[in-house]
Amino acid sequence: MKLSRFNLVTLILGLVFLYLPIVILVIYSFNASRLVTVWGGWSLRWYSEFFRDDAMLAAAAMSLRVAAVSATAATLLGTLAAVALTRGENFRGRTLFSGMLYAPLVMPEVITGLSLLLLFVAVNAERGFWTVTIAHTTLTMCFVAVVVQSRLGSMDRSLEEAAMDLGCNPLRAFIAVTLPLILPAVAAGWMLAFTLSLDDLVIASFTTGPGSTTLPIRIYSEVRLGVKPEINAICTLIIGLITLVIIAASLASKLSSRQGESAAPL
Amino acid sequence: MTDDVTQIPIDAGSIDAPLLQIDAVVKRFGGFTAVDGPSLEIRRGEFFALLGPSGCGKTTLLRMLAGFETPDAGRILLNGRDIAGVPPHQRPVNMMFQNYALFPHLSVRDNIAFGLKRASLPRAEIASRVAEMVALVKLEGMERRKPDQLSGGQRQRVALARALARRPQLLLLDEPLAALDKKLRENTQSELMRLQRQLGMTFIIVTHDQEEAMMMADRIGVMESGRLEQVATPRQLYEAPKSRWVAEFVGGVNIIEGDVESRDGGRMIIATHDAGQVTAAAPAQPLTKDRVCIAIRPEKVRLSRRAPAPDADHRAAINRLEGIVTGVSYLGGQTDYQVRLDGGAVLRASVANTARLDVDAYHVTQRVVAWFASDDCVVLEP
Repeated sequence: MKLSRFNLVTLILGLVFLYLPIVILVIYSFNASRLVTVWGGWSLRWYSEFFRDDAMLAAAAMSLRVAAVSATAATLLGTLAAVALTRGENFRGRTLFSGMLYAPLVMPEVITGLSLLLLFVAVNAERGFWTVTIAHTTLTMCFVAVVVQSRLGSMDRSLEEAAMDLGCNPLRAFIAVTLPLILPAVAAGWMLAFTLSLDDLVIASFTTGPGSTTLPIRIYSEVRLGVKPEINAICTLIIGLITLVIIAASLASKLSSRQGESAAPL
Repeated sequence: MTDDVTQIPIDAGSIDAPLLQIDAVVKRFGGFTAVDGPSLEIRRGEFFALLGPSGCGKTTLLRMLAGFETPDAGRILLNGRDIAGVPPHQRPVNMMFQNYALFPHLSVRDNIAFGLKRASLPRAEIASRVAEMVALVKLEGMERRKPDQLSGGQRQRVALARALARRPQLLLLDEPLAALDKKLRENTQSELMRLQRQLGMTFIIVTHDQEEAMMMADRIGVMESGRLEQVATPRQLYEAPKSRWVAEFVGGVNIIEGDVESRDGGRMIIATHDAGQVTAAAPAQPLTKDRVCIAIRPEKVRLSRRAPAPDADHRAAINRLEGIVTGVSYLGGQTDYQVRLDGGAVLRASVANTARLDVDAYHVTQRVVAWFASDDCVVLEP
């Protein structure tokens, strides 16, 4: 289908609006100048600066670890919640549960962060890697649940019934039929959780402790002292990482749908 | 998990015992009673159809047989054993779903093998059974395809092969042909009948299409509002419906209401409200009321230009009702006429077009005599 001129213009304007700032950021990350707004020629200087900045590297490693662990935990919990809500018997308070699962999506992060901080203080938990991870898990599992729930909702229930009819107990039916079919949604949920955790500043700053600074917290505190071009380089690396993850995920889901015969767990 | 897919050997003594007994089964959803206590026995090797309009509870009844719904009351016995507490995966029953429910991520072969792998049969046995099923439903060369690479008819056959692969004692088919076009449906109907005879399996099919039920089934159970209205062979169902509802649901019918005027042995004379006096064969069961209705199938109403001469040899009395033709629908094999009788009633008459030229055709506004034998009238309670 050929785009009309009007659609083409709106499409281009929309894309420019979304991506121009990012493109500028990427270009300036290769700036040789010490001043963020003055172009001083191409250079990889700020990248090498970043790789020598131990504090920044430690923060990045921390962020990746938190993101990976919390995304995995959130995917597990969120998927279970979605399955319980769409497939379980019509238990009492199901609508309430459903609503409660969605509430954190619209809850201001300050409230989530503060309430978690109060909880951790109350139970006398030492704040650090685990408290941030738990906080991120509670936030992101709702997103996973929503993504997986919508996939489960659109999936034909009779597929699971057919599996049971053909000799699977409910658990095996889930593993052999439901899981392979919702796997793209589960993977998408994991990636969403991963990126949400990676860029979260508010909740992390409430729940972190000394010695476990995440990358956004580190960047934010640096920026308060003035923007260094090194930040641009870090951001470019993060954008690159996220792009890679998304491309890999879409390739993987394409591949799995093409060669389902061998990919099917039996 | 030990589930036994290999057929339970049928001991010779039980061959006449019904395979399946449904005993006053009730299923309620909230305040709505979907299945309201039907009882039914199904013999081994029978092709049984559950026929009814949508929402009559036939699919719910089928789902209870498969184990997806638990009855609130009543019993379901398979081989004399109550299977109420047996979960779907342990029943020697398989189901073919209305939308086929093929696993989209598995190939044709893996779909068919799915139930066999669950039964932990040896590899070679699985391979040979899959090959046998593929040949049975004529899908050779399609084994590696995915469901979305198949046509509707092919998908239907994969679903059938998958359900048959475990050699169930009872195969349940939920509207198996609803998604196929007319030509394909007719072919598939005879194919299903052939398979059922060949495998000697018991089939229960759910359908809302009465022609489909009549063509395929040995017996038909007509359901309405969760109850079984009548269980009979297709012929009995059509020629001797038990109620006005069944008469109207199965095939076309003319209904004339009236009051019983007199009874004389095997006949009764009925004063109808809008078609004059009609002589009808008395029903087998005595009527409780004098108010009745007469059901006459359209093809049993014959038309002629003048009243036919009284036939002394005819056992049955002939009813002759005069009227004018108000509508003609030519349908190829037959022509449907609408005749408004002088009494005001409108009768439908189907006349087989036995000659190519329209020498026998009637036209609108033509005066005709509509006549039918008393034996062709079924007297029912209104």
